[in-house]
Amino acid sequence: MLVLEQVDAHYGKSHVLHGVSIEVRAGEVVGLLGRNGVGKTTTLKAIMGMARRSAGRITFEGRDLQGVPPHGLAGLGIAWVPEERRIFRLLTVLENLRTGLDRSGITPPRREALLEKVYAYFPILRERRNQPGGTLSGGEQQMLAIARAMMLEPKIILLDEPTEGLMPRMVAQIQEIVHALHRDGVAILLVEQNVPLTLDAAERVYIMEKGAVRHHASSAELRADQRIIHEYLGV
Amino acid sequence: MDQVLVQTLHGLVNGMVLAMVASGLTLIFGIMDIVNFAHGDLLMLGAFVGASVLGVTGNYWLALLAASIAIAALGAILQITTLRPLIGRDPLTTILATFGLSLVMQKYALWQWGPSVRRISEPVPGDFTLFHIQYPWYRIATAVLAGLILAGLWLFLKYGKYGIWIRATTQDRVMAQAMGIPVPLVYTAVFAIGSAMAAASGVLFGPFAGVTQTMGFDFTLRAFIVVVVGGMGNLGGSILASIFVSLLESYAAIVVSPAQAVIVSFVVLVLTMLFRPTGLFVPTPK
Amino acid sequence: MSATPAARPRPLAVEYWIGFAVVVVLLVVAPLVLPPFWQRFATEILIWGLLAMSSDILIGYTGMVSFGHSAFFGLGMYGAAAALLTVKPPSLGLAALYGLVAAGVAAVFVAYFATRLREIYFSISTLVFSQIFYVIIFTWTEVTGGENGLTFSQPRLALLGLWSDRFTPTTFHWFVLTVVVISYLLVRRITQSPFGKVLQSIRENEPRTRAIGYPVERYKMVAVMLSGLFAGLAGVLYAIQNKFAAPDFVFFVVSGEVVIFNVMGGMGTLVGPFAGAAFFLLLREGLSRFLTEYYLIPLGIIFIIMIIFLPQGLLGFLRRRLNA
Repeated sequence: MLVLEQVDAHYGKSHVLHGVSIEVRAGEVVGLLGRNGVGKTTTLKAIMGMARRSAGRITFEGRDLQGVPPHGLAGLGIAWVPEERRIFRLLTVLENLRTGLDRSGITPPRREALLEKVYAYFPILRERRNQPGGTLSGGEQQMLAIARAMMLEPKIILLDEPTEGLMPRMVAQIQEIVHALHRDGVAILLVEQNVPLTLDAAERVYIMEKGAVRHHASSAELRADQRIIHEYLGV
Repeated sequence: MDQVLVQTLHGLVNGMVLAMVASGLTLIFGIMDIVNFAHGDLLMLGAFVGASVLGVTGNYWLALLAASIAIAALGAILQITTLRPLIGRDPLTTILATFGLSLVMQKYALWQWGPSVRRISEPVPGDFTLFHIQYPWYRIATAVLAGLILAGLWLFLKYGKYGIWIRATTQDRVMAQAMGIPVPLVYTAVFAIGSAMAAASGVLFGPFAGVTQTMGFDFTLRAFIVVVVGGMGNLGGSILASIFVSLLESYAAIVVSPAQAVIVSFVVLVLTMLFRPTGLFVPTPK
Repeated sequence: MSATPAARPRPLAVEYWIGFAVVVVLLVVAPLVLPPFWQRFATEILIWGLLAMSSDILIGYTGMVSFGHSAFFGLGMYGAAAALLTVKPPSLGLAALYGLVAAGVAAVFVAYFATRLREIYFSISTLVFSQIFYVIIFTWTEVTGGENGLTFSQPRLALLGLWSDRFTPTTFHWFVLTVVVISYLLVRRITQSPFGKVLQSIRENEPRTRAIGYPVERYKMVAVMLSGLFAGLAGVLYAIQNKFAAPDFVFFVVSGEVVIFNVMGGMGTLVGPFAGAAFFLLLREGLSRFLTEYYLIPLGIIFIIMIIFLPQGLLGFLRRRLNA
């Protein structure tokens, strides 16, 4: 569904991605592992049209994303949960959700249903729905960021280091969410440094180093042979 | 004592009109980082259009509406043709471009409407009496109307779907785009809204002093001052600052000539920039 | 520029100075061959060019956009007027001195604020200052003549008391040309010096320049003062040429036009402003013959189109070579 073919990308003058090829099929959870600074986030940014692509193709459901304007990706079914979460701090929780909920073609019953579903997953958001996003704790903001993405009813979510800086209890909650989304048929490209969580959630994993994909295997294989993980991530 | 009362009313009324102008300017700056040098000239063109429509139809409210819509459209066209190509470039270029637009708009008004002063007659006749003084009703009406429009703007921004789009884009353009908000369209819409408010201010202000090609500059200058004093991008701040600065100027006009009273605003601006650069009515960032 | 990214642009070759000399020679010859109107026009281009060049020190080299040059220009003008009206017989030297001092004082004032404010706030405050000066000059009728300005007679060209003679338009033109050429060479020397290099570094990346350890505020203050002095000089020349001083020249539109000259001609080149002034004034002259006062409509549109499609200006291509 989402295919990156031999993608090269630049940030200003630095050449940050070299021939990256990744594929995520419909409904799949795919992991993207690697140390800090290897280009995982840049890969997501390249998909979102934020890094200058100098070579290769990125297609989604067969359609080349080259000419699509940045605000068109959500409509195609691609949702992004960035590393820094990027909550609209001055908007309330509900207003944050509405940035995704207020789409054309969505009926009021559907809106209600979506909102209820997300509140069911994240009860704390219902409680805080009229509070400004900036007043939420780190973990709550992460939940809001994911909930906001869910408002788009996406086909794929680009999830960038969702457990970074979270307490173990929250990490478990994130793990739950990823499973739930998977059950709902949403594909996920999960960028993470948390290896156990990734191996548990994802079916396949790509491992990156220095801006290129070095290894690609199923999580089962990687669980069986710990050496590969050790080699690339030193874990 | 009477004079103080009259000047207080002047200050409040002028402050409300200025608040309408400044709010458009601060919205535009807050969302797209554009310092719109031509903002006062949008007001001027709005006043001229209003005067013409009033001349043809005799209906003040129609004139107000027509001017707002016409100048909103003009604003949108200007943003799309002249300002959109400059997005991402050095902010100096937008200041220069809007300065160029200002020159062109003034001369165009001269060409279209000629050099004589146009009149917009008062929508509400008569004076009302407060203690010993007489004060024109229409000025009060102007202030009330400005207040209503500003309240409407605030409500729109707070509750409407598009209000959320505007606020989200102002805070984080990239994330707004990722959520599917069509940012280029939001930019154009905000510019149009700002232009409409400027035009409406022009028609509201018309009966005060007549309509001339150069009336815009004073408003641009004062609006700049107020936007900085109120905190750039801060809507509530610019409204408060408008009233504050207008009151100060009005009181100063008791002592010096009106032309010189404007220096008071300059001084407030300079002091603000030196000691509270984020704005007088904005809590100091921690 | 060049194929290999590591190569630096070739330093200014002889070609530039030959071209420069040719232009100067043309300007020397101009008053002898041109009819009186165009003769005066050429002199005016030089004066406005000088004003625009002074602004280029700030815009093109230090990265500070000033809308306040009308104030410096106006003070140079009124300063000269003060000397020519109060001291008899009218002395050229005194006129220049008074004008430069007046502009210099204003420059100190602006410089003080310049160092505290960044970018857009600086620009707005220069606009505000020029308007403050305008209001003062406009309303302080007893001293400045208010709306009507001041008129006075032209001083004689005196060289160290050895010989003095009245100016003819031709000799005045040569006088202005000399002053302008010397000013240009002086400013060029300054911008190519280590001081000038620091200014350019401030324009490119102020936080980094500060982090390296340069007292950025002090450099900015000197830049503003230099800029103000040369702008004042232009004002002195203008006053002497026209024998009057008027508040119109202190109105911020003059500042705006100066910035237009900079943009049209090419920022950061020092000669660009002259080209920009010539271009603008010639266009204005030409267009106003057909369109009278509405010349600003097409001229303004040309300006806007240049900002969008030719932001480096007419001589902008010289920028890197000139500042190697």
